[in-house]
Amino acid sequence: MLLVPCPHCGPRNSADMSYRGEASSRPDPASTTPAQWRDYLYMEHNPAGWLRENWYCSSGCRRFFTVERHTVTSEFREPPLPGSKTALPLSKTAEAGAGTDQQGGEK
Amino acid sequence: MIRRLEPQSGEVIDRESPLKFTWNSKKYVGYAGDTIVSALLANNRQVFSRSMKYHRPRGVLTADYWDPNTTVQVGTEPNVRGAHRLLEADMKVSAQNAWPSLDFDIKAANGLFGRFLTAGFYYKTFIKPQRLWPLYEKVLARFAPGGVVDLNTPHGYHDKRYAHPDVVVAGGGPAGLAAAISAAKAGMSVMLVEQNHRLGGHLRWGTDQDRETADDLEESARDAGVEILTDSAVTGRYDDNWIAISQRDHPGVVERLIKARAKTLVVAAGLVERPYVFSGNDLPGVMLSGAVRRLINMYAVRPGNRAVVLTANAEGDAAVADLERAGVEVARVVDARAGETISKAAGSSKQLGSVTLADGSTVKADLLVTAAGWTAPTSLLNMSGDRPSYDPAAARFFPTALPDNVIATGGLVGDGSLDELIAHGISSGELAAQRAAAVKHRLRSTVTRAQNPQGPEPPVQPDRRIGLSRAPHPELYRSDTHGMVDFSEDVSSKDLVSAAAEGFDSVELVKRFTTATMGPSQGKLETVNTVAVLAEARGETIEEVGTTVWRPPYAPISLGALAGRVFEPVRVSSLHEWHTAHNMTPILAGQWIRPEHYGDPGAEVTNVRTNVGIIDVTPLGKLDLRGPDVPKLLNLLYTNKWSKLPVGRVRYGMMCAEDGVVLDDGVTGRLGEDHYLMTTTSSGAGQIWQWVEMWLQTEHPDWQVHVTPVTTGLTSINIAGPKSRELLMRLVDDVDLSAEAFEYMNVRTGTIAGVPDCFMWRIGFTGELSFEVHVPAGFGLHVWEQLIEKGADLGIGPFGLEAQRIMRLEKGHFIVGQDTDGLTKAPTTGLRALIKLDKDDFAGKPELEWALAPEAPELPVLVAITPTDPRLVPDEACQILREGTTEIVGRITSSRFSPSLQRSICLGQVTPEFAAAGTTLTVRLCDGSDATAKVMEHHAHFDPEGVRLRG
Repeated sequence: MLLVPCPHCGPRNSADMSYRGEASSRPDPASTTPAQWRDYLYMEHNPAGWLRENWYCSSGCRRFFTVERHTVTSEFREPPLPGSKTALPLSKTAEAGAGTDQQGGEK
Repeated sequence: MIRRLEPQSGEVIDRESPLKFTWNSKKYVGYAGDTIVSALLANNRQVFSRSMKYHRPRGVLTADYWDPNTTVQVGTEPNVRGAHRLLEADMKVSAQNAWPSLDFDIKAANGLFGRFLTAGFYYKTFIKPQRLWPLYEKVLARFAPGGVVDLNTPHGYHDKRYAHPDVVVAGGGPAGLAAAISAAKAGMSVMLVEQNHRLGGHLRWGTDQDRETADDLEESARDAGVEILTDSAVTGRYDDNWIAISQRDHPGVVERLIKARAKTLVVAAGLVERPYVFSGNDLPGVMLSGAVRRLINMYAVRPGNRAVVLTANAEGDAAVADLERAGVEVARVVDARAGETISKAAGSSKQLGSVTLADGSTVKADLLVTAAGWTAPTSLLNMSGDRPSYDPAAARFFPTALPDNVIATGGLVGDGSLDELIAHGISSGELAAQRAAAVKHRLRSTVTRAQNPQGPEPPVQPDRRIGLSRAPHPELYRSDTHGMVDFSEDVSSKDLVSAAAEGFDSVELVKRFTTATMGPSQGKLETVNTVAVLAEARGETIEEVGTTVWRPPYAPISLGALAGRVFEPVRVSSLHEWHTAHNMTPILAGQWIRPEHYGDPGAEVTNVRTNVGIIDVTPLGKLDLRGPDVPKLLNLLYTNKWSKLPVGRVRYGMMCAEDGVVLDDGVTGRLGEDHYLMTTTSSGAGQIWQWVEMWLQTEHPDWQVHVTPVTTGLTSINIAGPKSRELLMRLVDDVDLSAEAFEYMNVRTGTIAGVPDCFMWRIGFTGELSFEVHVPAGFGLHVWEQLIEKGADLGIGPFGLEAQRIMRLEKGHFIVGQDTDGLTKAPTTGLRALIKLDKDDFAGKPELEWALAPEAPELPVLVAITPTDPRLVPDEACQILREGTTEIVGRITSSRFSPSLQRSICLGQVTPEFAAAGTTLTVRLCDGSDATAKVMEHHAHFDPEGVRLRG
């Protein structure tokens, strides 16, 4: 299991995290086209190499963060430190299909 | 005849502790310390199984964990490795894969027709005609190997453990022990994992001096604080040295799965002896040299009376010495180093009788011992990314390149004297400790608040270990005859040759086609012979053919250990004890245990409609939101507008994901100037918290909103029914609850039954006049009991989830995830008025804009439906059809019998063409029959004007 470098908690098992997919920017809803918007919702670039991706430290500090991971070697680049100049800009995430709730909602 | 020898100096059996057991219902006696197989051999039993395809009788081959021929059934436990499992008192052991009995196996006739069962036989024969497959399956199942699973077997206690050792050492032979000791002495926490019951590896069946060394090493390891696991195996190595260990020596636990995050892994798996391929090599009485040495030295069992030994190495020579010492007549030693070899073995069906040498001479013998060389079990190295390479001079595979956090030592990397092996182990342990210390330092330093916790990173010396030499060894794989390559799968060298002739040129394909290496020993005995035979058949070198990749698990793990204990939390509200004491029928809703009803849900509905009822709605997701920017957040998350919500008011809202699909819904109230309480669906509570945090953290980190989940901090109770106001007034003094002062969709903060700071909302999921109160959880039971007590004369009763589901359906309220699914966009729900496209932005807005555009295809519509037959309640998810066709135009999403209306009520999604009130629908029921139903005017079957709700 991967060790994911959370900038606040340190390295943690990937099972302690939620993978939030590739980092991509949310288009401006006022001017976006269906093609742009659906690219943001559904399309992944899936490179064999360095990839910027979002993680949510769901069992730890509950912060969202962006890291770069090499998809072939699973190596992570130095995680961004909060407030540091080297920090990667926080990215915007898609929540495509999040409405799929199979368990049945209950009031 | 008893084959037990005089006491041996290295024996592990306790002759003072005889153990009675049965083998195929006959009684035998062994000793504590015996394995099942050594005890049976001592009692002169030599046949332990029938082979998989040909049902040939099989005896001991390796006498250790990997023995392919000694898998047995112990009581209700199938597939026990008989040459590894220790004998216990009153064990009931029986043979597997033998029918009707081990001695007379009817399927041994397969052997006669063996030429029909060549590679790919099953694939080619049983594929057609397909309709006969059920018959084939029945017949084949009888022939399949393996024990009998008793479905009534008690589960047994299994467990899991998470461990964070600095160094894990796989293998407790001399090199592994030395590595563990030196790593521990360097200050590392070390876990040493050994597959056998004792540490020491091959030293255990060696000389007295060998055993003394093993005991000394074991004592040093314990003194150094090494955590020692025996009868355990490192079964896999994954990313970042995530190590799976199956532990079978933990008291009280059948098997425990340890998930260890090691800084470095030392692989000291040793070597596995390789069988030699020749005709008759699977006859009972043909054994490997290691088997003979273990049986004599550890279990004091004489493996035969007259032996021929084929030896290519020192281990074979030592076996000769052991045999002579044990009184076995060694009729002939065949020295492969001098170019001698054997050609075939023959005998009766159950016993070796003679051995024919390559020079044509025949020697009578009941024991043939082969020492043909070694397989390096490089599984864990494969899992670390290594692709071992073949050295013809040493006749085995060696590791090539390993990542920094994996270090190999011992027989895997070379040969040498015992001192040299230990020295290599020590230097490997030191290297492992240095690298582990550096990794530890790096891991700690990545935590922001712990920068450089111990100064600079500790230095790591380059790998300057003195390597182990490689002893020359003849390449001894197959004789001039054909024999078994895979004993557990009954794959012969002939099968491999014909597979090659059929065009299977890659070893990975040959493996899958012939199933060689795919049996219970998983290639430990077969892989290299498979490669060698294939290389020979194709006229290539072993190097050119290459080897298959070993994947996890290295050794089998039971499903019980993988399942372990259940870690899923079970959640209950502060009222759970009360529910339990009052006849609750529980239902599991997500993680929550909730009352489904308290006896009669229909009566609970009637009571709410006529008197007053209370329901525990604690699982409702609750988020406390504070800050000046909360209205912005609500505007972003909900489809409707929130900027002008006054203090003291609540509002219903619907949330969509970015694809416009309904995500959640609920009511949010404004408690104070900068203070809101958001409620979500029960099942969405966790997800919506994450959703809210995501928008705040990634999209709008500048907004001032503080989110606190208070789902379990507040006990939530809904008081519903025409007498609910009267009841609540008896408990509340400081809030005016009158209809004029406290209108529908308002919120007040006050004291209930003496408990201050309670929130009261006037809302109504049930369609009745109702108040939802949120009480600090510590006082939840007090308030609940006060309500019950003070409402006694009003006819109060608790109601459960089922009654609430019926009442909400009577009212036509949809449930997200029940009446909507992963494709349901917001307009389908009918709440078009709540989708405010004139807002600048909200989650999912672009998709909803396009979905609502005039040219867009029309979305399905949620409608209320009532069957023509008022008693007929179609099952949820029944399809709705276009009349007289099988064209599906919708489905029933919710259905119940309404006690209030005395008729069937449903919600369903239909295509727009069928959504108009009065449309007749055909519902296909689960039994295949059709029923007619009608679309209703309103979602609400009951009180569509909402008079009761607003009363």
